[in-house]
Amino acid sequence: MSESIVKNIDVNSKENFIPKNIGLNTEEDLLFRKSRTGSCGVDLPEIADFKLKIAGKKREKIGLPELTEPDVIGHFVNLSTENYSIDKGFYPLGSCTMKHNPRLNEKVARFSGFANIHPLQDQSTIQGALELMYELQNWLSIMTGLHAACLAPAAGAQGELAGILTIRAALTAKGDARKIILIPDSAHGTNPATAATCGYQIKVIPSNKKTGEVDFDEFKKLVAEYDRDIAAIMLTNPNTCGKFESKVKDIADIIHGIGAYFYCDGANYNAIVGKIKPADIGVDVMHFNLHKTFSTPHGGGGPGCGPIAVSKELADFTPSPIVVKEGDQYKIADPKYTVGKIKGFHGQFGMMVRALSYMMSHGADGLKQVAEDAVLSANYVLTKLRDHYNVPFEGFCMHECLLNDKLQKEKGVTTLDIAKALVEYGMHPMTVFFPLVTPGAMLIEPTETENKTVIDNFIETMIYIAKEVKNDSGDKFHSYPISTPRRRMDEVRAAKNTILTFDQLNLQD
Amino acid sequence: MRYLALTKLEREQMKQDIGINHIDELYAGAPKESILTQKIERLPDHQGEIEVESYLRKLSEKNKPATSQPFFLGVGCYNHHVPSAVDHLIQRSEFLTAYTPYQPEISQGTLKTIFQFQTIISRLTGMEVANASLYDGATGLAEAALMAVRIKRNKKKIAILGEINSNYLEVLKTYTDLAEIELTSENEIDDQTAAVITAYPDFYGNVTDLDAVRKKADEVDALMIVSITEILSLGLLEEPKMADIVTGEAASIGVGMNFGGPHLGFFACLKKYVRQIPGRICGATVDQDGKESFVLTLNAREQHIRRDKATSNICSNQGLCAVAFTIHAFLLGEIGFKNLALLNHQKACKLSDILSKIAGIEVLNDSFFNEFTIKLPKDVKEISKKLLERNIISGLALDNNLMIMAVTELTSDKDMKILAENLKEIL
Repeated sequence: MSESIVKNIDVNSKENFIPKNIGLNTEEDLLFRKSRTGSCGVDLPEIADFKLKIAGKKREKIGLPELTEPDVIGHFVNLSTENYSIDKGFYPLGSCTMKHNPRLNEKVARFSGFANIHPLQDQSTIQGALELMYELQNWLSIMTGLHAACLAPAAGAQGELAGILTIRAALTAKGDARKIILIPDSAHGTNPATAATCGYQIKVIPSNKKTGEVDFDEFKKLVAEYDRDIAAIMLTNPNTCGKFESKVKDIADIIHGIGAYFYCDGANYNAIVGKIKPADIGVDVMHFNLHKTFSTPHGGGGPGCGPIAVSKELADFTPSPIVVKEGDQYKIADPKYTVGKIKGFHGQFGMMVRALSYMMSHGADGLKQVAEDAVLSANYVLTKLRDHYNVPFEGFCMHECLLNDKLQKEKGVTTLDIAKALVEYGMHPMTVFFPLVTPGAMLIEPTETENKTVIDNFIETMIYIAKEVKNDSGDKFHSYPISTPRRRMDEVRAAKNTILTFDQLNLQD
Repeated sequence: MRYLALTKLEREQMKQDIGINHIDELYAGAPKESILTQKIERLPDHQGEIEVESYLRKLSEKNKPATSQPFFLGVGCYNHHVPSAVDHLIQRSEFLTAYTPYQPEISQGTLKTIFQFQTIISRLTGMEVANASLYDGATGLAEAALMAVRIKRNKKKIAILGEINSNYLEVLKTYTDLAEIELTSENEIDDQTAAVITAYPDFYGNVTDLDAVRKKADEVDALMIVSITEILSLGLLEEPKMADIVTGEAASIGVGMNFGGPHLGFFACLKKYVRQIPGRICGATVDQDGKESFVLTLNAREQHIRRDKATSNICSNQGLCAVAFTIHAFLLGEIGFKNLALLNHQKACKLSDILSKIAGIEVLNDSFFNEFTIKLPKDVKEISKKLLERNIISGLALDNNLMIMAVTELTSDKDMKILAENLKEIL
């Protein structure tokens, strides 16, 4: 049917045949190359001729391949074997909280009464779904000590958007439109992107080079300079350097002193869930990543779910909808001065079911243990690797520890090489080159669901890599990985000569 | 607690290795008074699988799923069948529990799936390129509006032609307000209009004349954005290939209703706009050994690189839903996709015939796909309530005596008969 972008593979050639599959390793080709005319993977009833009621012409060719059910199942089973996943092994992606995804959550989300209901059904027929949302709102507000919660945001970035919109609306209602949002340089990229989407200018607070926390003096300078032009600070706490912001209460007081709000990015909530209530450290609004802290699966990139919890002062301004209880009835409602809708219908309901299942399974006692174990494991890794890797910021860490490649770089081995060596040794690497405040950053988040044997194996592997580099045997890492389905990619080519569909792939010689 | 991995003994050993006596020493950075000494009050303690499952099952049983009675709701969320193979495959750990494919050497499974997803979307819509998904059809439309204004730089108006989904309109308003974009109507198109938006089919189910929309857009050098709430329609209707951006909702294939989320936003456009696309994109390349490979690409548009200059703040998308869609679309294939679309249309035609024969009911559409609007002689909200009392979930009742009826392959002849008989009695 077509040629590959790789000149030496003619996919149809039967001459010069060389077997591509080795043992359990299968080279799985795109299904667009496997079409067999006349095949179909579903059986539908015969349709007698009838008069179409469409304006215009009937669709001619779509361009989908023709396959049977076994073709499709075989394809995706083979594709799956080219993926690494949490269930396979250690996945210490910092600030991503790759914890175990309980299968009970999958089961309950598939109950027909949750999966097969329509968002516009009469509310008397969806009382169970609304009760679930109401319960989840309660869990989130009780856990955080904040007044109310809104479940509408589709993912973390939309939670940020919801939070900043809420703040903006509250300020506008006071006739106090402001222009600026303060964001530390260690923040996740979604923070400045969200602030910009909401029309704000961003002023960057530098991090303290020694502590990895917000530079408090620089923060105060920015506040003095921009004062009541500042709408909010977006602070991730614990931050992406793995540190709890020790001046957080002072920061909150100063921010509140100028009539601005404290937005907390909750990406790292796993370190403090059940252990510290964000309201107690001055947070006005915070988003959650249900796909991080509350174990809904990452699914290779989504779906997420990013509810927010807000203070009493802000509760009337959040996006729609929220669920309220009147007597014994649950109702979909709009907050009094809502900023409107940010997502179709009521949010990522299926993720809410999973998250509540997780929360109930842990309970208040279990959630506290989650935070403590996550922090304990990260500090254990930090302790064991401290002698082998440079630790840019002193002291203990929270639920993730930050190292960099300063020692290994002297021998020409970088964070990228270390990450790829981990891939070769059967693990997913940590988050690399983030946060940007530390050159060659390696951010390691083991989570509470990895046992000590797994963590020890990671530590030993990291020490082995460091020792090899130290003994001048680290050059091999430049060519790693070598035992994976694919090796390092030509990413420049991908960006320069963009091929985004099979049709574009076919145009290549 | 069954998901926690450390034993008591291990915790003690680890504390010893770290050199602390109490876990709270690790929280030394936090204000002391903020650290809870006890577990949070007003929340229950942990529960076993049996208790949690039983509680949630009871909650789910308080709802009336589409399967339990004749069901005619649509308007952006459609009750379609999902083949068993889809749900089985997306629960494989390797798809379910992987992260975004940032390490391509060990993520080719996800990446090849996204690449094929992008290809299917591009072919269905008649566009040259597509991204790896957005949250849903509503946010897809909002992102398209923002993108059009980026492309047309100084123009800050977006015109809506005809009626778009009301839910989409609300989301669009929130986003365009933020960007100080003015939403206008068909009569207000002028040289400040960056793009025209049209729904295909429209809110009431009518099949829009896209050529006329293209002409209007061209008159003022505006982009043409097509919003689609039912992707299955593209198996029967001509692809909107004259558009600049086609975006919409793909949950009908493989994803399901899920009370409105997770759904699956898709986003496709002409290749010349590729660097303005929001969200993740997968591209083909070669690895060190020269083998065909796939990576996330054009990252310089995205928030993790470009921060406040990014094309969108989106990070997580609807990854697993896109996998589900791709599996279902491949199962259907060329033949099945078209037949399923035809079946939906045939059943919708059948219901429209049945209803139009009932005295007092008027079918308003000249054309439609699987959804059409009827006019009733009495308050439709009342009628809808009465139907519900008779165990029928009607179409969406609007304020002006209109009701939008949706039909899918799951609507049986018997369902239609029951609806018709009851409507006759009520009217």
